[in-house]
Amino acid sequence: MKCLLRSGICLLLLAFSVSTFAQDSNESAADLRKAINQLRQEYESRIQALEKRVAEAEQQSANSQTSPQPVTAASSVSSGNSAFNPAMGVIFSGQAWNYQHDPEGYQIPGHPFGGEAGPVAEGLSIGETEIDISANVDDKFTAWLTTPIVIEDGDAGIELEEAWIETTALPAGFSARVGRFFSNIGYLNNKHAHAWDFIDQPLAYQAFLGGQYLDDGLQLRWLAPTDLYIELGGEVLRGDRYPAVGATHSGIGSHTLFAHMGGDVGDSNSWLAGVSYLRADSTDRISGSVNDPLLFTGNADIIIADFTWKWSPYGNWQQKNFVFQTEYLQNNEKGDYTLSGNQVLAYDDHRSGWHAQAIFQPFPQWRFGARYDILSAGNPGLIFSGTALEPLGNNPDRYSFMVDWSNSEFSRLRLQLTRDEAGLVSDTQFGLQYIYSIGAHGAHSF
Amino acid sequence: MNRILIYTLLIMFPLMSHAELRIFACEPEWAAVADEIGHDKVTTYSATTAMQDPHYIQARPSLIAQVRQADIVICSGAQLEIGWLPMLLAKANNPSVQPGSPGHIVASSFVQRLEAPSSVDRSQGDVHPEGNPHIQTNPHNIALVAIALTERMQQLDPANAAAYADGLKKFQARWDEAISRWEQRALPLKNKKVITHHKSWPYLEQWLGLVEVANLEDVPGVPPTVSHLSDLASRYGKGGADFIIRAPFQDSKPSEWLSERGGIPMLALPLTVGGNDKSTNLFSFFDNILDQLLGVTP
Repeated sequence: MKCLLRSGICLLLLAFSVSTFAQDSNESAADLRKAINQLRQEYESRIQALEKRVAEAEQQSANSQTSPQPVTAASSVSSGNSAFNPAMGVIFSGQAWNYQHDPEGYQIPGHPFGGEAGPVAEGLSIGETEIDISANVDDKFTAWLTTPIVIEDGDAGIELEEAWIETTALPAGFSARVGRFFSNIGYLNNKHAHAWDFIDQPLAYQAFLGGQYLDDGLQLRWLAPTDLYIELGGEVLRGDRYPAVGATHSGIGSHTLFAHMGGDVGDSNSWLAGVSYLRADSTDRISGSVNDPLLFTGNADIIIADFTWKWSPYGNWQQKNFVFQTEYLQNNEKGDYTLSGNQVLAYDDHRSGWHAQAIFQPFPQWRFGARYDILSAGNPGLIFSGTALEPLGNNPDRYSFMVDWSNSEFSRLRLQLTRDEAGLVSDTQFGLQYIYSIGAHGAHSF
Repeated sequence: MNRILIYTLLIMFPLMSHAELRIFACEPEWAAVADEIGHDKVTTYSATTAMQDPHYIQARPSLIAQVRQADIVICSGAQLEIGWLPMLLAKANNPSVQPGSPGHIVASSFVQRLEAPSSVDRSQGDVHPEGNPHIQTNPHNIALVAIALTERMQQLDPANAAAYADGLKKFQARWDEAISRWEQRALPLKNKKVITHHKSWPYLEQWLGLVEVANLEDVPGVPPTVSHLSDLASRYGKGGADFIIRAPFQDSKPSEWLSERGGIPMLALPLTVGGNDKSTNLFSFFDNILDQLLGVTP
């Protein structure tokens, strides 16, 4: 190769000098010799340069035979979820409900609902279309944004659901988050609606947290350096979202503490358990029906205990799996309830509720689930007779069953049947739901 | 008070002196490579077993606890672990293994990736825009990742750099010898036609010169359909293909059905170390793949 190249260039050089010689035959021999010498020097230096390049190329190809080069720098760094920067995903979901009784005036005796709680309207509705955007800000911070497009009174609008910044570089197992986020209390509270196993939240979440507790604030988490998963943390929050309303204490109206622990039992089983505490103070918090609302001023201490067990043979999740999940919530409220007639009643009591659910996926694509959820009211006293806080004796409960089918991990269709013994009248409810996601491949928490 | 302090230190001391390099491997093959290089200088943990499909892993609390304590996280990458690894990294509060830091190793970035699609659309199923992530079925790739891993181990634990260099050298000697033995044995497999359950084997096929004619999954990540299987039976039955290959964690029914219908031998090949009783380490993993393939080759 080297020889061939060199002789080829020598030949060219020769041919060139000959033709130069012929052209310039009238010039003196000395001038010609000088010109030829110049040319020769020039070409010789070019040949040397070429030889060097050939040698380098040969060396490189020899190297690549033993060790192929990394594909390209670009493709090796785009391995995260941010092939687009930032990673962006859209979740489409919609539902249709059929009730025997109009859910418009739905209420559970003894448990006035607030926040986002309560059944969705009958018939077809698209619910939320959620846009998720996330990326690392730099080497020390990561950011997340969830903006649902919601339809209210026929008009579409953009809401800010989650918008937070989190540290990625704090030492000693700490991380801090600021912004608006779902509180880390309980198990279901920070799950986005598209990750729920049933179309709706359990009764206790609806009754005590208004569906889910979402607020503005600061979160600190610490993870123990142990094989047993131990996560401890707390939050201070503005306190302007149900069950905390009015941003009391100069805008630090609520705070939380939580502890989660978990681990594996062999290859097939894993578990997660937690206890959480939420202190939510309120001024003029609205709950109950639109026509006869209650205003609460005081504080709520909510205690949550949760437990989740997941099973899958050899941990091969795709083929077969089973999930058992249960949670207990206790809501201790102390303060004043103002009735619609401006009558103020002192309240100091607790209400509680729990749910247990099991989801079984016997083979790929199909899952079957059952859930039981129940509330129990305390005894607020006779003065609350005739109000939405008066328990009418029985414990309100529901039985729900669901089946869902996922063509791929990005699509899901779900059918849910609920027997509701919680409302003023018993009801049998059918729900249909679709959940589709496009864009960035989201990773789900346990 | 002093006595308590002394006792505490006595208890702590043995724990602290064993400051080994903790390596969290997403897949068993990388844990095995780390063990070959690091021996008693490292503690390895594999997030998955050979009986699990690494596409579909729950971001379990135990895994978060392991990432929290890791000095190195090594994963195949190319979006294989995209459904769970980002969640582990986000929850583990460990800055030294975040993407971009020396403690974060993407194994597939050190090899020539195959099957990088020219266009990506999810109607094609669970495709990987960065190419096929199952790089471990070509032993040459294992050798390349071993070099990269050794460099990082030396960088993060300079005190033991010489031991890692020695571990790599010894491994390379045995590995090169094994590769030439395997390549000699595998000559009869050249140009054999294979049907695979999922696109898990392109690197093995490239290495051994196998020809992949079809997949049981019509669309990657979506279970095989009856109509697609009967199509395959009519097209490749009676000698149109030499093997049907699946990984141990993939449903056996589709390959059994096609094997019986089309008269094609069916094999459950280990996709990584531990894929069956015989593939207990990196060497026996490839030994077993060849044993099985040659066992049904006339």
